Amino acid sequence: MGKRVVITGLGVVSPNGIGIPSFLNAIQQGKSGIRFDPLYEELHMSCHVAGKPEFEWESLKNYISEVSFHGLKGTNIAYGITAALDAWKDSGVVYDTDEPRWETGCVFGNSAPDAEATKTVINRVDSKEVKKLGSRVVEQTMNSGVTSFISGRLGLGNRVVTNSTACATGTQAILMGYEYIQSGMAQRMVVGSSEYIDPYIFGTFDSMRVLSRKFNDQPEKASRPMSATAGGFVPGSGAAAMILEDLDFALARGARIYAEVLGGAANSGGQRGGGTMTAPNPTGVLRCIGDAITKSGIKPSDVDMISGHLTATMADKQEIQCWSQVLGRSGKDFPLTNSLKSMVGHCLSAAGSIESVACVLQIIHGFVHPNINLEDPNTDILKIIDQSCMPTNMIKRELNVIAKANFGFGDVNSCLIFSKFSN
Amino acid sequence: MTREEILTELKSVFAPYTSNKEMLESINDQTDLIGDLKINSANLVDIIIDAEAKYNIEIDYDSADKMINVGSCIDVISEKLNHR
Repeated sequence: MGKRVVITGLGVVSPNGIGIPSFLNAIQQGKSGIRFDPLYEELHMSCHVAGKPEFEWESLKNYISEVSFHGLKGTNIAYGITAALDAWKDSGVVYDTDEPRWETGCVFGNSAPDAEATKTVINRVDSKEVKKLGSRVVEQTMNSGVTSFISGRLGLGNRVVTNSTACATGTQAILMGYEYIQSGMAQRMVVGSSEYIDPYIFGTFDSMRVLSRKFNDQPEKASRPMSATAGGFVPGSGAAAMILEDLDFALARGARIYAEVLGGAANSGGQRGGGTMTAPNPTGVLRCIGDAITKSGIKPSDVDMISGHLTATMADKQEIQCWSQVLGRSGKDFPLTNSLKSMVGHCLSAAGSIESVACVLQIIHGFVHPNINLEDPNTDILKIIDQSCMPTNMIKRELNVIAKANFGFGDVNSCLIFSKFSN
Repeated sequence: MTREEILTELKSVFAPYTSNKEMLESINDQTDLIGDLKINSANLVDIIIDAEAKYNIEIDYDSADKMINVGSCIDVISEKLNHR
């Protein structure tokens, strides 16, 4: 039996709210963070809408030194710093330390280093101006930039890792942090992930024709998971972070405990059995969720709510099919299910962490956030589960167990089980 | 350009890279960039790039190596300005 792992701090930078109070209100009200993006239109992308946090760049000065602030351009780094330091503050521990915090590490993910910073390098190098790049570019073009800023500001001295598994990155970061604590290697971990709605990143998805393009004139309607009119996902961005702690360590310092990570699993479908670079092998998905449930010591009937990956593509139906099969539940017996993406779009690497913070808030405050834009549920999904399992208005309900999963390109899967904390 | 004028201007060049604002106000020829102003050694490169842009000069590697205190920075910049 490993250590128990609890959540003691939360931070979020989301398209529909920055900071926990604003985000909590937004997900309870079903507030969309999707807006028209003139740049996407100007660049002739098919999708002209995106979820971009209303982030004030100057606010970063509250988190890092002026010297660090000067020369920082990476937006995903800024989101990550903000979410991580807000989570840290929320956990009740001070920022400053003279000695490294040897007991605390960090796993923070992103899909790519900042593309604007990378573009600067490409332009300078191609113009034979390497000498003018200066010292501040490497930290923003290395993939571990976000983690380095966070761990440097907080003096983290345990394992510091940048993870990347496409859309499964955020959930995997939390799972990795959980595993380090559970196995006794660390007593506290800062975990999370970040993403920016960079056209250099989302342009590549646009070209694959997997982005929403039929609701460009109604941005708030564009993200439609599980609906009959789901026509691709909406680019989203932001960051979220959690502070995970060894239960005994948290109790000893008198920490406020939000919820517990009961367990989780990550795997790959091996790009076999129907799995490809871009589609999941259903057997891999079933095993991942099944393993998460087994390792958490719960029964399928214990799951009160599912926070799905559910991006608003053809894969939504297959995902619901997998959940139904692995839980052995269908119709009205299926757990309440929601997709935060209906409000914020698909934040790629940041999806898992932002959605996980939403899960913890739903446990703390006893509610199931609505699925917006679900006036027309997909009829194939209705053949598996009852319409009442996909609430379109907030439901107040005590939740003991939430299952959260994300699936990514490369046929990678990650699933977490969160629960209400009781000692 | 006099040494005093360059010294005054250098304060704005150094400013983004030091949090020691009091020391910055009272710099003199002997003020050490790393030891006194607590500038991160990696940022010396940025100061050289910023100075090159400000004075429209080119500071070669050998000259840059000499720029460890305020006096030597002024020496290098004056010399490059005279040979522009």
